[in-house]
Amino acid sequence: MIATLLKATPPRARVLLALLLCVLLVAPAFADRYVVSVLVLVFWFAYVGQAWNVMMGFAGLLSLGHALYVGLGAYVSAALFVRLGIGPWAGLPVAILASVAVGAAVGWLGFRFRIEGVYFALLTIAFAEVARIGFDHLAWTGGAAGLFLPVSTGGGGAWWNLRGGPVFFYYLALALACIAFVLCAALRHSPLGYRWLAVREDPEAARALGVNVFRARMAAVLVSAALASVGGVFYAFYYNNLFPSQTFDVARSIEIILAPIVGGLGTLFGPILGAFILTPLGELLIALTEKAGLNAPGTKAVFYGLCLIVIITLAPNGVWPALKKRLGIPQEEA
Amino acid sequence: MSPSIVIEVALQGLLMGLVYGLMALGLSVIFGVVRVVNFAHGEFAVLAMYTAFVLFTALRLDPFLAMLPVAALFFVIGYALQATLINPFIDRPEHEQFILLVGVAIIMVNGLLMVFGPDARHANLSYSFDSWLIETPFGSPVIVDKVRAYAAGAALVVCGLLFAFFRYTLTGTAIRACADNLVGAAVVGLDVKRLYALTFGIGLACVGAAGSMMVALTDATPMLAPSFTLLAFTIVIVGGLGSMAGALVGGVLIGVAEAMASLFVAPSMKSMVSFALLVAVLAVRPQGLLGRRAA
Repeated sequence: MIATLLKATPPRARVLLALLLCVLLVAPAFADRYVVSVLVLVFWFAYVGQAWNVMMGFAGLLSLGHALYVGLGAYVSAALFVRLGIGPWAGLPVAILASVAVGAAVGWLGFRFRIEGVYFALLTIAFAEVARIGFDHLAWTGGAAGLFLPVSTGGGGAWWNLRGGPVFFYYLALALACIAFVLCAALRHSPLGYRWLAVREDPEAARALGVNVFRARMAAVLVSAALASVGGVFYAFYYNNLFPSQTFDVARSIEIILAPIVGGLGTLFGPILGAFILTPLGELLIALTEKAGLNAPGTKAVFYGLCLIVIITLAPNGVWPALKKRLGIPQEEA
Repeated sequence: MSPSIVIEVALQGLLMGLVYGLMALGLSVIFGVVRVVNFAHGEFAVLAMYTAFVLFTALRLDPFLAMLPVAALFFVIGYALQATLINPFIDRPEHEQFILLVGVAIIMVNGLLMVFGPDARHANLSYSFDSWLIETPFGSPVIVDKVRAYAAGAALVVCGLLFAFFRYTLTGTAIRACADNLVGAAVVGLDVKRLYALTFGIGLACVGAAGSMMVALTDATPMLAPSFTLLAFTIVIVGGLGSMAGALVGGVLIGVAEAMASLFVAPSMKSMVSFALLVAVLAVRPQGLLGRRAA
């Protein structure tokens, strides 16, 4: 699988990719704590952006409630760990299952009743809101007061219970981002990937060609939800605290979709590039306002909102297609 | 539980629902004509609340009077927004329009957060707690808040004016023509882009009026904005996107349902009920209660 992918990648892109990966692999040895923590965020947003991109970029389904799948993954794995002492690796399949089940419900409701476009986007927001209110009232996961993971390593140590330091999570996040990239690249060039594109471009024409539109869309939602929930497990064990009002917030869902939109919808590199552009700029903005003595909590979000407007007005295909031309990478990827 | 409490809460929900309905009407008008979904709708409602709040604290202007200048201001904002930012998007894919307005919404809610902070702002009207007592055969009387009744009455008046505008004026008829048949409207020589800008202005004027009234009823905080957006969408989808009467019916339905939910379940669970209604309507009658099929 990886061999065919490599063959499909133009040599110039292969060299650049290898260089980037090498730099990132040795980065923690030189970079300080703060840079490492920002890079963890970059990888995380690249990862969940990739997950969201499967739905919107590949299959043309706008989800504005992806915090739902991320949050479910986070809450299920964290609750299993805190309440029942089940470690994250055993909790992971349960978390994926929970997100996939909910994704199936959203997808079934949406596609069975032909809820499309904006209506579908609203349905996804509504489900995320229901989850937020539901978890606010669920005493077993701490309700609105939040769920906290013990920082001590317990029995299993750093690896088994994901109780490591920043560098540990750095490599974990990097691995996640790489795996998602390879997986999405493989999916994108698989028969299913071509069906997704057909459905995205013209559902009626795809149906006429014999593509089962319902199944293709459902597959996109399930894959996307599963990937997102793994991102949620990482989030829970990295931050060690979960609040329904943050985890399932519309603002979180929007944060997730920023990187792929800015980087390039439907491209494989878009989410990664977008995360590398937006996250450091956002963090820099926070650092600058703090240094200036301003306590303006909305600054970063206003900046993100401006980015959205500028990108969607001037370059709705994102930064990556333009950059690709600059770098002289010819192959059409999206 | 005494029946008069149930009647009282239902009545409160109904009155509140009419104000919600006016807010949702703005969304419905914009979608019905411009075919652009205003994702920043709740954000505009909260901006209107803050505008009315500032007018009240600085000039002692009663929110029910502030309604007029705020609606006028929002008409101008809406017109300018459509004419500059949104008109280039009318032929673009749906998700691009949506993302554009998501961007506008983020900037607005966080701009409010930066200017006013996260605390709730309360407009202390002299008649905030005035009420009427209505005798019932159940023993205890039903209490009706005067502010709520005023707000609901004002919402009905604004809606009536809007119905009349679309029904009886030439501009209103031209706007309806754009909604019914865009190509036909362009062929007979209507300036579609200007009419779109007018419509967006009218839609935001509704929000401006509704937001001003809302200052008299609830505290203003930036955090209300996303939930108002969702509320407006829920109302409009339940009532039928593009149907003016549907927005009011949906508003009342959601208002009463939420009031009942906060009485019988818990106030914090009330939006669950509207989402359940939303999902039920989407599944059974996707065009909404009063919507036309394939609209």
